[in-house]
Amino acid sequence: MIFTIAARELRALFLSPLAWTILAVIQVILAYLFLSHVDDYMAWKSRLMQFESPVGVTEFIVAQLFGNASIILLLIVPLITMRLVSEERRNRTLALLYSAPISMTEIVLGKYLGIMLFLFVVLGLMALMPLALLAGGSLDFGILAAGLLGLALLLGCFAAVGLFMSTLTQYPTVAAIATFGALLLSWLLNWGRESDSATGNTLAYLSLLNHYEPFLRGVFDTADAAFYVLVIVTFLVLSIRRLDADRLGG
Amino acid sequence: MDTDILLRAEGLSRHFGDLLAVDDVSFTVRKGDVLGFLGPNGAGKTTTMRIISGNLAPSTGSVSVANHDLLEDPRAAKASIGYLPEQPPVYRELTVTEYLDYCAALNRIPRGARRGARDTALERCGLTDVRQRVIGNLSKGYQQRVGIAQAIIHQPLLVVLDEPTVGLDPIQIREIRSLIRELGTQHGVILSTHILPEVQAICDHVQIIHQGRLVLRDNIGGLARRMQSTALQVAFRHAPEPAALERIAGVRSVDAQDGGRVRLYCEPEQNPADELVRRSVENDWGLYELIPEQASLEDIFLQLTTEEAAGGEQAA
Repeated sequence: MIFTIAARELRALFLSPLAWTILAVIQVILAYLFLSHVDDYMAWKSRLMQFESPVGVTEFIVAQLFGNASIILLLIVPLITMRLVSEERRNRTLALLYSAPISMTEIVLGKYLGIMLFLFVVLGLMALMPLALLAGGSLDFGILAAGLLGLALLLGCFAAVGLFMSTLTQYPTVAAIATFGALLLSWLLNWGRESDSATGNTLAYLSLLNHYEPFLRGVFDTADAAFYVLVIVTFLVLSIRRLDADRLGG
Repeated sequence: MDTDILLRAEGLSRHFGDLLAVDDVSFTVRKGDVLGFLGPNGAGKTTTMRIISGNLAPSTGSVSVANHDLLEDPRAAKASIGYLPEQPPVYRELTVTEYLDYCAALNRIPRGARRGARDTALERCGLTDVRQRVIGNLSKGYQQRVGIAQAIIHQPLLVVLDEPTVGLDPIQIREIRSLIRELGTQHGVILSTHILPEVQAICDHVQIIHQGRLVLRDNIGGLARRMQSTALQVAFRHAPEPAALERIAGVRSVDAQDGGRVRLYCEPEQNPADELVRRSVENDWGLYELIPEQASLEDIFLQLTTEEAAGGEQAA
């Protein structure tokens, strides 16, 4: 049942020009950044080699590319998640799901899975860029895999926040702005990390992006992964509760 | 338990803040019933329908569908219900076939049976010709039919239709009505409407709701009896004293009007016409007009929904 709903979400995305536009825009921007990182690497290569433990091509390019991607997707994920529930509420199609023999959990998980499948397509297209370097050299697959995993978890959080915001309103734009605001705030919190104050550090710990950086260095820390999983679960549970409240509150 | 009872609603109430939208509504629907749900705007029809379809939780009271409690065992209960809300819940970007396939899957129709279920629904709702069209491009009437197709695709025991004939042209209305009658032979049907002749045409039970409360529950036969003539419009050339008319057996009260016209209110099940004519001839009243007034469903409806509490007690 979850897959049925996920398949429809995915289909609805690709039936509108939105998904195609987003895929194209992301790909163009990231391709440009990727090429400029490759250029940078070529320019810096000789100097990098003078270090005792030189930064490898994967670490240099993948870390930067995935770092850029997280910010670009932070801007774009709200646009994909905004219509998940709000549009159905607006078009009064939620009644179809509510009166079908399915639970709220299945509805929420189905919609979440649909969005995640779309984001995996984005991720897959993005992974193709560093993989293209295989044509002229070798890659550190450990770092690449850690980066992909980290980005997947980060996108999972973005999507969960977006889904929750979408359950709150019937206006997709409101959902998009709220999601964007929440994600942007989470990014800004990360800046407190450099300060010495305890509050700044605590707030920075709560930032989604703070836990992303170790992945880019190829470090898989269970604590970071657990943090992401917790955020995802929290927002999915909140979404389920919100839809239940729809039925109770009217 | 009575296996014939498809829906049992007990003591349903629903608050929206301070507003009491539905107040202690109880009713049952049996297999083969077509129940018409009548009421003025804002009476609580849609709220009641949303409650029994599981879209809204009641503040108090319980609903059981085919002996499954809607709150305790929602999956089994909802599998037995097909619901068409006020606005058909259609995805405008899908084609009719895609949409119905999705509905079939949502309603847990086994994979192998989905195509058959979809084709049956298409055919029953007269959608076969537009099956490949995108729903957003269809007319309102066709979208409404798609909504009905969605409600019956899984052959539910109980079909709940909220104003199913709104926006349809007269031919489509006739088709949908015959479809509802056909559904009524195998399933239970609840439909809400404010079109009174529609109720007379297709329902065998009628329920009138006003300000959240049920003010009338009767079968169509009982309703016909209520609608039998209860008043006579009479005109005399030489009008007698009202007292003389009141003495006629079966006359409850007399309302004298201008120009020798008199309105006689009769006791139910009694017709004083014979006696009236005889006396008119005897006393030379010059009776020249005698019209039995047929109370219409409109009259009953208006009577019940304009008289406040008194009307409610009388009907109950």
